Amino acid sequence: MRRLGADGVTVAFDGLTALSEVNLAVAPGRITGLIGPNGAGKTTLVNVLTGFQAPTGGAVTLDGTALTGLKPHEIRRKGIARTFQGGRLFRDLPVIDNLEVTGVGLGQSRRAAIAEAEAMLDWVGIAALADRIAGTLPYTDERRVAIGRALMGRPGYILLDEPAAGMSAAEAADLAALVRRIALEMGCGVLLIEHNVGLVLELCDHIVVLDSGAVIETGDPAAIRASEKVRHAYMGTAAEAQMPEGVA
Amino acid sequence: MSAILQILFDALSLGSLYALGALGIALIFGVMRLVNFAHGDVIAFSIFALLWPSTDAVAVIFAGNLPWFLLVPFVLVMGAGLSVLAEITVFRRFRKASPATMMIASFALGFVIRYFLLMLFSSRPKSISLLPALSQPVEILGARIPLLQVITIAVTVAILFGLTSFLKRTRFGLEMRAAAENFTMARVLGVRANRVIMGAFALSGALAAAIGLILGSQTGTADIQMGANVMLMAFIATVIGGLGSLPGAVIAGFLLGAASVVMQVTLPIDARPFRDAFVYGAVILVLIFRPQGLLAARGTKERV
Repeated sequence: MRRLGADGVTVAFDGLTALSEVNLAVAPGRITGLIGPNGAGKTTLVNVLTGFQAPTGGAVTLDGTALTGLKPHEIRRKGIARTFQGGRLFRDLPVIDNLEVTGVGLGQSRRAAIAEAEAMLDWVGIAALADRIAGTLPYTDERRVAIGRALMGRPGYILLDEPAAGMSAAEAADLAALVRRIALEMGCGVLLIEHNVGLVLELCDHIVVLDSGAVIETGDPAAIRASEKVRHAYMGTAAEAQMPEGVA
Repeated sequence: MSAILQILFDALSLGSLYALGALGIALIFGVMRLVNFAHGDVIAFSIFALLWPSTDAVAVIFAGNLPWFLLVPFVLVMGAGLSVLAEITVFRRFRKASPATMMIASFALGFVIRYFLLMLFSSRPKSISLLPALSQPVEILGARIPLLQVITIAVTVAILFGLTSFLKRTRFGLEMRAAAENFTMARVLGVRANRVIMGAFALSGALAAAIGLILGSQTGTADIQMGANVMLMAFIATVIGGLGSLPGAVIAGFLLGAASVVMQVTLPIDARPFRDAFVYGAVILVLIFRPQGLLAARGTKERV
């Protein structure tokens, strides 16, 4: 079966366990959510899945093959892309160059990279920003450039690390539409890491809840909303505020 | 009028030297946060590569008698070659070290190159006749300008345009700009880090060699210390320009050249021997008001 998986991933350093035996699978064309309180280990898990951090136990597998020991750019070439918190664009470079250098890094010729970069900006809906210097963009456009950059080379999987942080409700809705298109139109498997639980409940087919480095709950949005454990992790009744009613 | 023209050409040609030097330093700083203090010794080395080892006052020419169209590439290749060799044998091992450690390594490397030259050639400056045709003056609007100055300025402008379009239009240039801004991220995206760094060293070394050619033709001597002054001014230019900013380095190089020449002319006679003190004073003033440099590169400062 085609999937990107964390199989029993453990990360421990100096007696501190950041992740303990975490299992998670992302399937092509589907949006999987990863939520949990601050310090739950969400970003650590993303770092493990993309080769930025080696697990001390367990493995990351792509379609059943372990990706042990691969460097981040090698994993990227296998079609597993990610965005970073805060965008991390090349801020002095024009938007188009940000995408182009990614294509070149993936081994494309410069001409092919330019062509794909232009097509990608168009697809994301920011073709008009192509020649703007990335560092001058507003926050929300910066995120869309980061997503466009991650989609260069048509990866099979994309991991979005808090793409909606700091966005207004309307901006988050635009982002949600884009994430849906990534899964539906590109057939890309999406792992969405978000603090905005409402957004995750709205978008995801399947949700994994992490707390203190361990998976405490998995299931569809309805199951997550009903879960007593999840409520508890989000500090008792205060969770009501973070998990709005009426989100489909 | 012709006096002013003379000053202008003096300022531009001195500024060209500083700008080329600053560019060579900024290129390497950009991709690996290394201030390469061996740069000045690469300048000297590329000229001494034209000579047979000897301790005589008159140079024993090895490749120095080549026609200019072979001599110039030869010197450039020597500079680039030494610079790449320095990266492979020395700086590659310091890739993960702190900038201060790398800087000290570059000092050490500079000493090694200088004493290597000292061993082969002694510390006595040698007279060489490099591209003698360039010492002819030309008349421009009534002013007699040394042809070498005109060529220095023209070559510098050509190099600046060439380098700009290289960085803008080639795949390698694109990778280099990305790596200069955020090396880790570029690497994560699959940019070939070693090639980019080697390319930066090669370019930087060739720029050093170009300075060597100009200095050698200008002074008619090869001296193991010949790069030291340019290196110092070029380093100051990269700081004023904003470390890591290529346009900043070039602009600051020209500004420093202009400041030196203008002060040479306008300072009271008694103060002229202290010209450099005034130039450095101006540098301090600039840094008080713009500590991040004239054009700070984004990659080197914290995000607000």
